[in-house]
Amino acid sequence: MRITVTVNGAEHTADVEPRTLLSDFLRHDLGLTGTHVGCEHGVCGACTVQVDGEPVRSCLMFAVQTDGRAVRTIEDLAPSDDELHPLQEAFHAEHALQCGFCTAGFLMTLEPFVRDRPDASEQEIREAVAGNLCRCTGYEGIVKAVRRVSA
Amino acid sequence: MKPAPFDYEAPRTLEDALALLGEDVKVLAGGQSLVPVMNFRLAQPAKLVDVNRIDDLAYLRRVNGRLRIGATTRHATLERSGLVARGWPLLQQAVRHVGHPQIRSRGTVGGSCAHADPTAELPVALTALDAVFHLRSRSGRRSVPAAEFFVTHLTTVLRPDELLVEIEVPPMPEGARTAFVEHARTHGDWAIAGAAVVVAPRHAAIALLGAGPTPVRARRAEAALVEGVPASEAAALAAELVEDEWRAALTRTLVRRALEEAGV
Repeated sequence: MRITVTVNGAEHTADVEPRTLLSDFLRHDLGLTGTHVGCEHGVCGACTVQVDGEPVRSCLMFAVQTDGRAVRTIEDLAPSDDELHPLQEAFHAEHALQCGFCTAGFLMTLEPFVRDRPDASEQEIREAVAGNLCRCTGYEGIVKAVRRVSA
Repeated sequence: MKPAPFDYEAPRTLEDALALLGEDVKVLAGGQSLVPVMNFRLAQPAKLVDVNRIDDLAYLRRVNGRLRIGATTRHATLERSGLVARGWPLLQQAVRHVGHPQIRSRGTVGGSCAHADPTAELPVALTALDAVFHLRSRSGRRSVPAAEFFVTHLTTVLRPDELLVEIEVPPMPEGARTAFVEHARTHGDWAIAGAAVVVAPRHAAIALLGAGPTPVRARRAEAALVEGVPASEAAALAAELVEDEWRAALTRTLVRRALEEAGV
């Protein structure tokens, strides 16, 4: 099926099978390998991207469903090649990543959260990232990074 | 971990969608339960009918005091709705427990009900609120109360040619207070037990999660509450509906907590 989708501000037209997951379309068809694929059944959150501004799991959407929609991936988060997004800065400063496999998913989940909920409590921050698994950090650094950027 | 091939249709109108339904066809709404089982190939439907492009299926409206929820209304929309917060706070209290933000961005109210997972929160809240489910098919329409809509695990009264199009929630009684509590291993995980309560003068509704394969109303506990028993006594009556000893103990605590939160 032919779809036209805006990814990180650029329009792409492509032919995809209905069963192609959005995560695979981004990685294989568009080469945007910053979106990581962990569990492929909606548990780990590593593949989180934004569709029309909302965080979604790209392994639980078919690429055909994004026809006419706007997708944003981790590649679009930093304002330029030598500048980080404030949330990325905070992750760096607070050691909120180690191996980095889960990081793109956390950032794409948290970017709208820190924008909409700058006053979130620690409990709310923990609930906001409950759908993202990190096996390195124990989440302490991640929660600190969110508090740092919200402060 | 990739789905098997399938035909895909994304109709723009309800009539077109109804014409496509039938055996071996699955409706794709939010996809947050369907797509995982397709990725595992536990489900291999021949055709998916994606109802997300039908615009007039996603809405929250108050009509004559009753809340009308279009079937493809997202969990996140329900969560953020001022209309729901003011008139039916129980739905908001319940939806916050549904999965995670990424799930609530896509998941739909209708999809959650039609999927009928026994651990899902919204069916329990809607059962406590005496909601009515409106179904459509090519041959007609029918309306089914919550008490009859859920049949057993992952099963409702929906026939293969039917689509859940709207959920209608009556107004809450004057002065009603509500609460939704549950126990899950971590926030957003499948709940093990839970309770949705609506309490008002001469009115009590208690719906249990985890007491059976569908939401269960604790009728004896409700009647006792109306007669004025304390929360702990009503909670004990509600827990009698649960077979496992430990789950009954959990239910008793959760119902008591919910009732206390609702001011009993």
